[in-house]
Amino acid sequence: MTWSATARGAHQPDNTAFTQQRLPAWQPLLSASITLPLFFCAGLAFIGLGLGLYYSSNGIKELEYDYTGNPGTGNCSVCAAEGQGRAPPPNCSCAWYFSLPELFPGPVYLYYELTNFYQNNRRYGVSRDDAQLSGLPSALHHPVNECAPYQFSAAGLPIAPCGAIANSLFNDSFSLWHQRRPGGPYVEVPLDRAAIAWWTDYHVKFRNPPLVNGSLALAFRGTAPPPNWHRPVYELSPDPNNTGFINQDFVVWMRTAALPTFRKLYARIRQGNYTAGLPRGAYRVNITYNYPVRVFGGHKLIIFSNISWMGGKNPFLGIAYLVVGSLCILMGFVMLVVYIRYQDQNDEDDDDE
Amino acid sequence: MQRESESTEEPEPPGRRRRRREGRTRTVRSNLLPPPSAEDSVAGATKGERLQRLGCVQHVADNRLKTTKYTLLSFLPKNLFEQFHRLANVYFVFIALLNFVPAVNAFQPGLALAPVLFILAVTAFKDLWEDYSRYRSDHEINHLGCLVFSREEKKYVNRFWKEIHVGDFVRLRCNEIIPADILLLSSSDPDGLCHIETANLDGETNLKRRQVVRGFSELVSEFNPLTFTSVIECEKPNNDLTRFRGCIIHDNGKKAGLYKENLLLRGCTIRNTEAVVGIVIYAGHETKALLNNSGPRYKRSQLERQMNCDVLWCVLLLVCMSLFSAVGHGLWMQRYQDKKALFDVPESDGSSLSPVTAAVYSFLTMIIVLQVLIPISLYVSIEIVKVCQVYFINQDIELYDEETDSQLQCRALNITEDLGQIQYIFSDKTGTLTENKMVFRRCTVSGIEYSHDANAQRLARYQEADSEEEEVPRGGSSQRGSIGSHQSIRILHRSQSTKSYCKKTLGSLLDPTHHVYPFSPQEKDITPDPKLLEKVNECDKYLAISRHQEHPLAQLSPELSDVFDFFIALTICNTVVVTSPDQPRQKASHGVPPRAHDALALLRSPSVVSLPEGDFMSTLSNDSMLFRLEERLGQPTPAIASNGYSSPADSWEPEYPQEPQPKQELRFEAESPDEAALVYAAKAYNCALVDRLHDQVSVELPHLGRLTFELLHTLGFDSIRKRMSVVIRHPLTDEINVYTKGADSVVMDLLLPCSSGQHQNKIRSKTQNYLNLYAMEGLRTLCIAKRVLSKEEYACWLQSHLEAESSVDNREELLFQSAIRLETNLHLLGATGIEDRLQDGVPETITKLRQAGLQIWVLTGDKQETAINIAYACKLLDHDEEVITLNAESQEACAALLDQCLHHVQSRGSYTPEKTESCVNVGFSSLPSLVIDGRSLAYALDKNLEDKFLFLAKQCRSVLCCRSTPLQKSMVVKLVRSKLKAMTLAIGDGANDVSMIQVADVGVGISGQEGMQAVMASDFAVPRFRYLERLLIVHGHWCYSRLANMVLYFFYKNTMFVGLLFWFQFYCGFSASAMIDQWYLIFFNLLFSSLPQLVTGVLDKNVPAHVLLLKPQLYKSGQNREEYRPRAFWLNMVDAAFQSLICFFIPYLAYYDSDVDMFTWGTPITAIALFTFLLHLGIETKTWTWLNWTACVFSIFLFFTVALIYNASCATCYPPSNPYWTMQALLGDPVFYLICLIAPITALLPRWVLEFVSDPFETLSKDCASEASQHTQQPSCSPKTNREPSTVDISVPLREDTVLEDLGAQAPGSSRPDEAVLEACPENSKRKPTSSSQEAPLPSLFNLPSFSSLNWISSLSLVSGLGSVLQLSRSSLQMDKQDGEFLSTPPQPDQDLHGLQGQATDYF
Repeated sequence: MTWSATARGAHQPDNTAFTQQRLPAWQPLLSASITLPLFFCAGLAFIGLGLGLYYSSNGIKELEYDYTGNPGTGNCSVCAAEGQGRAPPPNCSCAWYFSLPELFPGPVYLYYELTNFYQNNRRYGVSRDDAQLSGLPSALHHPVNECAPYQFSAAGLPIAPCGAIANSLFNDSFSLWHQRRPGGPYVEVPLDRAAIAWWTDYHVKFRNPPLVNGSLALAFRGTAPPPNWHRPVYELSPDPNNTGFINQDFVVWMRTAALPTFRKLYARIRQGNYTAGLPRGAYRVNITYNYPVRVFGGHKLIIFSNISWMGGKNPFLGIAYLVVGSLCILMGFVMLVVYIRYQDQNDEDDDDE
Repeated sequence: MQRESESTEEPEPPGRRRRRREGRTRTVRSNLLPPPSAEDSVAGATKGERLQRLGCVQHVADNRLKTTKYTLLSFLPKNLFEQFHRLANVYFVFIALLNFVPAVNAFQPGLALAPVLFILAVTAFKDLWEDYSRYRSDHEINHLGCLVFSREEKKYVNRFWKEIHVGDFVRLRCNEIIPADILLLSSSDPDGLCHIETANLDGETNLKRRQVVRGFSELVSEFNPLTFTSVIECEKPNNDLTRFRGCIIHDNGKKAGLYKENLLLRGCTIRNTEAVVGIVIYAGHETKALLNNSGPRYKRSQLERQMNCDVLWCVLLLVCMSLFSAVGHGLWMQRYQDKKALFDVPESDGSSLSPVTAAVYSFLTMIIVLQVLIPISLYVSIEIVKVCQVYFINQDIELYDEETDSQLQCRALNITEDLGQIQYIFSDKTGTLTENKMVFRRCTVSGIEYSHDANAQRLARYQEADSEEEEVPRGGSSQRGSIGSHQSIRILHRSQSTKSYCKKTLGSLLDPTHHVYPFSPQEKDITPDPKLLEKVNECDKYLAISRHQEHPLAQLSPELSDVFDFFIALTICNTVVVTSPDQPRQKASHGVPPRAHDALALLRSPSVVSLPEGDFMSTLSNDSMLFRLEERLGQPTPAIASNGYSSPADSWEPEYPQEPQPKQELRFEAESPDEAALVYAAKAYNCALVDRLHDQVSVELPHLGRLTFELLHTLGFDSIRKRMSVVIRHPLTDEINVYTKGADSVVMDLLLPCSSGQHQNKIRSKTQNYLNLYAMEGLRTLCIAKRVLSKEEYACWLQSHLEAESSVDNREELLFQSAIRLETNLHLLGATGIEDRLQDGVPETITKLRQAGLQIWVLTGDKQETAINIAYACKLLDHDEEVITLNAESQEACAALLDQCLHHVQSRGSYTPEKTESCVNVGFSSLPSLVIDGRSLAYALDKNLEDKFLFLAKQCRSVLCCRSTPLQKSMVVKLVRSKLKAMTLAIGDGANDVSMIQVADVGVGISGQEGMQAVMASDFAVPRFRYLERLLIVHGHWCYSRLANMVLYFFYKNTMFVGLLFWFQFYCGFSASAMIDQWYLIFFNLLFSSLPQLVTGVLDKNVPAHVLLLKPQLYKSGQNREEYRPRAFWLNMVDAAFQSLICFFIPYLAYYDSDVDMFTWGTPITAIALFTFLLHLGIETKTWTWLNWTACVFSIFLFFTVALIYNASCATCYPPSNPYWTMQALLGDPVFYLICLIAPITALLPRWVLEFVSDPFETLSKDCASEASQHTQQPSCSPKTNREPSTVDISVPLREDTVLEDLGAQAPGSSRPDEAVLEACPENSKRKPTSSSQEAPLPSLFNLPSFSSLNWISSLSLVSGLGSVLQLSRSSLQMDKQDGEFLSTPPQPDQDLHGLQGQATDYF
């Protein structure tokens, strides 16, 4: 550049790195010297990570039982057959017997799983009124239109909680019985049904409407329960901290699942003698069979699982890391070969010249 | 008072009805008179009446300038209306409004409107800002002052420009800018003349003369507006600058015509005239200047057109996805509906939704959800990026010209990327390639060469120290002037950026001392050659002593006498007029007869030239006028056709300075700059032209003093004779001398027969050698010769000449013959070499641009020989290469010639392979160049021939169109643009280039030299031609590659994002539900991921500047649209699909069979998408500055911040989604981090590998290597030629050769061009005898000699010796015969060359 500061014309552009596009820049030329080591390092790191994940996922124990009751699959098929085509389905109980040869290490989580249940379906997913669920008295009596057709009951009363999600609340219930000795009596295992929902959901998002005269029932006066429900919302549980909109099962259900196959936490087992997990022995799960899933080809499962630092059992991540790590290394080798060939060619050319 | 005849509503006097029927005139009366409507009522200039009158005037435009589009009130509706002309905006608003329909809505309706509102707001803000700057500049102009006659005060008072009305009287002083179109009524000039400078309008810097309306010039007393009662009738406002018709009707009913010469146009400047008074005819937006200003131009770039096509693809994709989804949803509904599935929601009235209805709803909702596929922010991002690109181009210090203190300006904001795709450059010659400054370089007198080395060195110094130009002594006032002009130019530049025309006038107004000097010191200061100077002094001294002897010249040695005559000839054999700057013209004692005056006035205006000739032929009284007139008529539009210095009406007629004082600097105004250069050269040898009247010329010599030559005749220059002569009576000898100056080819043939003496012969051959040398150097050569006439000879000639003059028929022909009779038996004095200096770096630039694969065509109005000279000088033509010259006199001839040339070229083409193998070291020279003159061009551009012409031109390395009119220039550009579908760039500096600049895809104006016309029309204005290199090769490449990559990235990004949503549909029953929260969906493109790509789009340099300049071949990637071609688009789409699959299924599998809820699962996907985008961008970004880093970090930071705040702010506020505390929960989940790590990396693995394999640098070096190895494998060519960095250069012609080969294979006559093969190799042609191309046994050489139009080529005899000059032309005299021949034997396409050769040679 042939200009001097003194001879600057008034219109001379500023000679700064920015205006002259000379900003110092790192040029990550995808050259072999950067790319190849990067690929090998990343590959190795991924394989290491993958191995760790794979083993930690493998350490998780899961025990699941499909109690949908399709014909010939245990005693729940009776309930399933009974409930077929009847609404509301009659009360029916069935049981699942299993035995643990060794300690099922705790903390043990009890899930129920539904398959082929499209909670993520758009019209289902929007069919709720968050304002109503947050205890807003005005919203309680005036549910939003999205709740339709579960907005008002046939009698014209506002439905609380309104909407399709609430209406389809999962209403099977489970109890776990443990036989310590063969032939001995079954002892009920205490299920911790508190705090199965997100803390924020239970404490912030879901609120009961203000009590009227100290009574929740009065607060809900003038509303109707969803058509599928047998009892009003304020009778979901005798525990005043677990009834109404802040019933834990309800709150868990209202957090709609992402995929058509999903689990929901039912209870934790961490009390009494079971803090370390489920000891060996025979177990019985009593199931109150209410929820109809066979009509749409769904399944109901009950699952005992413990969790690791990365959540429930899922070998996928470990495998994925292993595969990607190996791919990286493989690619690295391919590129190395390509690079060496070009290098040779360039060298030859250099020699020629 | 003024009124439109159509718009008058009040009852009219009967006399007016006629005018109303005409409907095309406007009537102007003095504003000082009571209005006609008030005539009946009681006359009295009450205030109310004046107001009424003003109100009446209001409906005609006043002089207020208003270029703003909006007012405060109209801004919102008008701007919105305009924005909705953009289809994309309508689309997005439609989508947003869809959200208000409950059945199909996907988002919160208010939220859905946000992005489109944001985009509209950004655009509106931009428009507002632009409009405001326009408003400010308008305001400035409107408040300029000028003197207007006030009725109340009975004198001229200062008013603002905007207050001027039609019918007002305006008084203007010297150097003032004319505020409106004004009819000139009075001038301080004794002859009623007024000089104006029209540089602001047409860029011509020489002064034009305007004349007071006839009838007013005779007034003795000063013009008094109050007594003006006449009515003016004239045309309605129109934009024709060259036309004005009307008449003025005086009270007594007498009429006088009004012409263009009476009108002062807004924007021009009064010069050399103390004061003028006129009445305003057109004001404000009705002035011709403003009607001519079509406002800013909006061009759509090629890339944008391609992009719009891809947007349509995206729309198609969107519809397909939505349809697929809709069908899927219908099926899903059908499957679950009758089963009363718990998750199935019936209609609000409880009835079940039919699958078809559900599908339709789903389709619409899908369109809403997937709307992101159509990139809403694309257009606004592109605009932002382009603005930044423009900023950087403007700021580039290497495009800054210190000499003129001007930088490159981008006037079109939206076609920067077109700069990177140019395929054809159409360049003007004079002023664009050359400086348009003629400099005397060398001369030879009497066979002795004076090389003027000192002069050459001095010129070299000038070039080195351009910046010191201002310091060159020039006299204080003129220096101020030149600075002033720079300032004004600068201000003009600024004003153009605001796209307001009128501001340009401001610049000059602010600077009343504004002068334009046509000649820079380089031309004026010539360092004389010491030897020659000595000889001149010797003559001078000797003659001073012996001047009173009887035969003073006879005493001198023949050489010295030649020297003396040579300089006298240089000084007087021209039409140069001497003026002194800044002197208002005084009454000349030797006034030109008024009739001649009128003729002059007529001649000056191009529009009037088209009048029937008889009209003004008769008015000519003066013989010399005639020749010039002929010359003028020969050129289509004189003001334009020649090289910018012509149309010097002033110079035809002497301008008389007041007794020139010896010290005062004289200014020479010449018709062409080379004449001036010669006069300046003679002045350097102390032989100064001091005065020229129509009948005498005065020359001043230091010792001899003033010599006054009686000027008997001037036989002006014309293009057929290619020479001019003056007949004078020599004051010393009292002899009658003819001095002739002309092209060497002509003059050499007119010399005394060879027998006249050994000495003369020797001089002649020596001179011829030097002439060849000059031509090789690219100098324009002129021969100077002299003839002494005896009294009898003169008398004899005079008689015939007068007869010729007075004859009515055939006058032209007779005068021509008469001139020929005079200009024979000449005695050669010497020759001069003048350089039209090329601008700095032009040859280098052209070489670079060529290497970059650009075809360069030169379209010039200049003479063929000059154009060719310059073409050689700037390496456009090569001495080694073949030049095809196309000069045809008729349509048929042109057709035949084109066929011949095509055959010739194709036959060469078919043998190119052998040739390149054997002569590969010659490199470029394989392609011929085409030279075509304006006349032939007119034929070639005919519908029937244009394809052939284009086909021929396509195969030529360069094309030179000489003597072309502005219209032809634009036609050529249009032809190439439309037929070859090529990107074209036109560059020029003068008004004659405007049409071409406007037609081309990219118009470039050279600012500074020739006024602003070209700049005003251009998209980019550069100070010099050489800046084109950097502009195209560096900035063009960058802009294109940046924008192309950004657009591709946009498509990729949106497709990938939409892909995520689409895959999800398979798991949610195609119900158009989205796992990504509505906020992320809507703002993702707009906020979270937009900044890094903008930064990359603005700053990324895929190849550094120095590499681009070093390897111009890289430019080809833009020409071939390599960065953004359909393949790249689809590749990106496939990549996007793949990446979205990865980014969807990794989280899917990772969270499969878990208790994850919708948004806890969707948010990581969003985050993964963000990381993938950034990483992808990282791979695409070639240079990482801190800005890139900041932008990336900011994007991530912004996403997480917004997510955290949004997820914590309100639990129930955002139905239908409720992502409360999701992000917070996720941040505590290790799986979130794990998938955020693996998914982007996996998604980008293929691209990473691909990028590695096809890295541009790698490919480049690979290509170079492979090409080099190819060359070295050819055993027959000289093996070591390819080692230079230019190895890649050679590949250019090679590639094109293969094209030619194909073409040649198709050519019918290609099977037998045996001889052509032999000649095709330039090495062979080098060995040919150089003397005459006629003898060369080239089948391709059709040299049809004619006495004038061909001979110029012999001036290039060296040239023609080196290359084989294919000379295909017809002379005008042989025309009839040839036409007959051609008609009788129509050219057959498959006629072989032999036949043609035979046919051609049969003529002789």
